[in-house]
Amino acid sequence: MTSIGTGYDLSNSIFSPDGRNFQVEYAIKAVENGGTSIGIRCKDGVILAVEKIITSKLLKKGANKRIATVDRNFGVAFSGLIPDGRHFVSRAREEASSWRSLYKSPIPTASLAERLGSYVQMYTLYQYVRPFGITAIVGGWDSEGELEVDGQVGSGSKTGGGGKVPGINSGGPGLYMIEPSGLYWGYYGAATGKGRQAAKSELEKLDLAAETLSLEQGVKEAARIIYIAHEDSKDKEFELEMTWISKRDGPTKGRHEQVPKDILEEAEKAAKKALEGEDEEEAVAETMEE
Amino acid sequence: MNHLPQAWGRPRDDIYGAYDHSYLQSSGPITHTQKPVVTGTSVLAVKFKDGVVIAADNLGGLRKSCTDLLLVNADIWVEASYGSLARFTDVKRLRSFNSTSVIGIGGDVSDMQYIDRLLNSLSITESHSSDGHILSAANLHTYLSKVMYKRRTDINPLWNQILVAGLDGDEKPFLASVDLLGTTFSSPTLATGFGAHLAQPLLRQVVGSEEDVPSITREKAVEAIKECMKVLFYRDARSIDRYSIAVVTKAGGVELKEDEQLEGQSWAFAETIRGYGTQVA
Repeated sequence: MTSIGTGYDLSNSIFSPDGRNFQVEYAIKAVENGGTSIGIRCKDGVILAVEKIITSKLLKKGANKRIATVDRNFGVAFSGLIPDGRHFVSRAREEASSWRSLYKSPIPTASLAERLGSYVQMYTLYQYVRPFGITAIVGGWDSEGELEVDGQVGSGSKTGGGGKVPGINSGGPGLYMIEPSGLYWGYYGAATGKGRQAAKSELEKLDLAAETLSLEQGVKEAARIIYIAHEDSKDKEFELEMTWISKRDGPTKGRHEQVPKDILEEAEKAAKKALEGEDEEEAVAETMEE
Repeated sequence: MNHLPQAWGRPRDDIYGAYDHSYLQSSGPITHTQKPVVTGTSVLAVKFKDGVVIAADNLGGLRKSCTDLLLVNADIWVEASYGSLARFTDVKRLRSFNSTSVIGIGGDVSDMQYIDRLLNSLSITESHSSDGHILSAANLHTYLSKVMYKRRTDINPLWNQILVAGLDGDEKPFLASVDLLGTTFSSPTLATGFGAHLAQPLLRQVVGSEEDVPSITREKAVEAIKECMKVLFYRDARSIDRYSIAVVTKAGGVELKEDEQLEGQSWAFAETIRGYGTQVA
């Protein structure tokens, strides 16, 4: 299995005899060292959360945001090399904006994920580039209501040719995870980074495929899952960063926003309490720290 | 010299023989946007103590000589006209930006759409980097004036006059104008197009100078604007009686109404007018 020293892992885009690109697999290793990121697809929105490891007490609280907004209705969270993530986000913004300039409406989540998947995959094709050292989780909400075309000046005719057909709605939540190979799938719940195993097993317990979880419940679950995923690296302090995108008549009106401070704090409190129930001793240690 | 301008400056047939048109370019120079086609008329705005009121009617009409844009053949300049068609009657010419500004746009409607998309993309990029800080109306006016001046310098202007109404960085009422030449100015009352002739004098009776602004209530400002919209509908042949009006205040943000109807028109006197001078019955 191990092929180190065989010479097939020295540069990108080289196939090993059994058809693998080792440089991509090494990139995945970089992702596995990064802080945990998760995404949850709820019935009325999407939640993204990251575990931000605090490397120094000199870092300002709440600064250095790790989840980025793309266009107005997408969030991107990632684990791995942060500059690679920034580059990925800036590409995502370019894609969203060029889609808008051509089609005069926001890019659908599925199309954004596809374009980003293709972009990441291009970095596995040439020896003069290296693969992305991140796995990104892209969440979005495609408007379920009637959207105006960008720059639209009037409402057009109300009936007849060019008129409106009432009651046609589409859109909804979208959640995709894009890996260093360029591989991407749509998910009900996605996790990556150091604590992904623990996070994944917690996400599986939620039965997200039933599409019954509400956004508010999702916030609580996301906080709890990040706290559980952090259990293995408890010696390091961390900050929970969480964003959400709701449907049009929800709290964010279809936009990607930070979860408000009071709701986040409440979810964190509940998360700590849930952990306390699991492990009495650890909870005591935590409260003493506070 | 004859009466055909296209022949002016050309060798005379009676002296030099028929002009050889094959020497002429068939393509003509690049003209970009050199004439507005579908246009909107006046935009009016006035400051009051807590903010600004701005209004514009909902008409996008075709300009008289719009079809001379269709000139193709270099030596036969066909001029045709659709007249003064009131073509589009639900054109929304007030555009809100953030929670602090409204811009009102007069002039070419396709350029207005372009400006709207430009501001939409500006607002998206700003939201990515500004960390909660939003652009004020004053910032927006500076941005637009740079865009307008750049375009006229490229000899490819955006054929508009724009009023930017809202709150400045200190959340004080802000009102300023920028036009297709990149000319900017500011005043407690502003109006574009026909409004500059008909509405400005009326608005100035209400708010004569910057010192008057703190004593003007919202009700008084809205009333003055509505009165001017009515006068413009009476006297501007490129206006209609449906309009948009927006009030921007610190407390209420942008309150935009896009389908208002002019009220209280006075036409009863017309019954008594007979003929053009001598007719009595």
